[in-house]
Amino acid sequence: MTAVLQVENLTMHFGMITAAEGENVVVNRGEFVGIVGPNGAGKTTFLNLVTGYLKPEAGRIRFMGQDIVGLHPNQVTALGVGRSFQIPQLFTSLTVLENVLIARSTATGSSGDFWHALRQNSRIEEARALLAQFGLEAQADRPASELPEGGRKLLDIALAFALKPKLLLMDEPTSGVSVEDKFEVMDRLVKVLEESQVTAMFVEHDMEVVRRYAKRVLVINGGRIIADGQPEAILSNPEIRRAVAGWG
Amino acid sequence: MNRQILLTSLLLLTLFGGLGLVLPEWVIFLMALALAKGLVVLSVVLLMRAGLVSFGQGLFYAAAAYAVGFAINRWGIGEATVLLAIGVMASIALAALIGVVIARYREIFFGMLSLAFSMAFYGVLVKAYDVTGGSDGMGIAPPTIFGLVIPPERLRLTVYYLVLICVAIMLYLIYRYIQSPLGTLIRAIRDNEVRVAYLGGSVHRAIYLTYVLAAGLGGLGGVLVAINVGHVDPELAYWTTSGEFVFVALLGGTGSVFAPLVGAIAYELVKSYAFKFSPYTWQMTLGILMLGIIFLLPGGLWSLGQRLRRRQV
Repeated sequence: MTAVLQVENLTMHFGMITAAEGENVVVNRGEFVGIVGPNGAGKTTFLNLVTGYLKPEAGRIRFMGQDIVGLHPNQVTALGVGRSFQIPQLFTSLTVLENVLIARSTATGSSGDFWHALRQNSRIEEARALLAQFGLEAQADRPASELPEGGRKLLDIALAFALKPKLLLMDEPTSGVSVEDKFEVMDRLVKVLEESQVTAMFVEHDMEVVRRYAKRVLVINGGRIIADGQPEAILSNPEIRRAVAGWG
Repeated sequence: MNRQILLTSLLLLTLFGGLGLVLPEWVIFLMALALAKGLVVLSVVLLMRAGLVSFGQGLFYAAAAYAVGFAINRWGIGEATVLLAIGVMASIALAALIGVVIARYREIFFGMLSLAFSMAFYGVLVKAYDVTGGSDGMGIAPPTIFGLVIPPERLRLTVYYLVLICVAIMLYLIYRYIQSPLGTLIRAIRDNEVRVAYLGGSVHRAIYLTYVLAAGLGGLGGVLVAINVGHVDPELAYWTTSGEFVFVALLGGTGSVFAPLVGAIAYELVKSYAFKFSPYTWQMTLGILMLGIIFLLPGGLWSLGQRLRRRQV
């Protein structure tokens, strides 16, 4: 198996708060990993460290064998790491379609082009096909600011996915989505990801979502990875349930 | 959409070309001035699309105009097309240097830095009397245009047509830029810089390129104004000049590449008439106009046309 992401001894503090303390993880190609943990455990910090938004105090991060510590998010992204956000980060004054076109143009390295039109038929078709995968094709020409929360969430992930990443990191893909819609969003997402066979990690609060969709789960608490393995076995452990949810 | 814009452009070009044949000379002079300044306003608008307000676009406007002054007075270059190239290259070279620093700043910090650079340049222009002529500036002899010596009685009109050609070419270039990946990325940057970085885009590079492009455009405006007026002075780099460009940008609106030109023409006409009818309170007249625009037409004069069209439909 090929390791896509190798994290060794990752350490980060914010003042007195331990956000990461000696974290070790290897993620192999094709894995679908859920990350759970209580609020403030360091789940989002983990994503921020891997994507270069934060620089770790200590530790190594290798992506496809390459050391990526010290690279900026745009450099890490260019290597093939896509990331979506807990609070959707969209271009709200652009249309849904334009959001995807921008993502594709940065991914293909044409974002410095100031001569040829961004809107070219082949690009538009490609972008619409991507939106269709996420069930957003009917909203393509609406401003991104007009999407309902579930749609904003999906578009946020679609933008990361549009980069055709080798590793996709998703921060709470179902947060802000109503309980009834949660599984629908996840079903759609998992289907798209499985078809593309992209390696993915997602942070999630809802243990039921993790149990149902993840093939492997990491439990982070106090900046430490306290468990790593099959979701069924780990999430039925009462101690871990208590650590993650505060009850159980 | 494309054909509509092409037709509008041809119609406007014919209209403005025709106006040159019927309008009195002083209006021709004013129109050439307004259109040339409109290019600088357009450059301010390009930066506004990235969420950056430059209070120092006068820097490139003045740098290019002075480059023309030196080229004519010191090196004896008297051909307008060469002068255009020299002026634009001077402002682009300057922006390529300053851009390295200024492209890192946003919001009020960008605005103040742009102001600081332009005022530093103003200081140099005023103090270096032996080189720049100090606060008197320098006179600029009428250049040949496309190799032709223009007789004085036809100079105004010929310069007007030179301005018109430059404006037409620039509007086409900027229109392409706005439709391009870079031109759209700039809007995305204004919306959400972090996300642009997380799509692998270089925010710094996009802003740098746009800053340099805007400087080249501002420089072109400066060259045309210098040729039209026949004189350059440090006032070109003074903060009120840069403020005027921002003023006109808001007056015209940012909805189209044509909007800054509409704003610039309206501004020059209002200023001239306000000065004629109330020489001591013309600034107040402009102030009231601005308040009216902000309260009644926040999208600028350009949005007036859009409103009317919507009402018809």
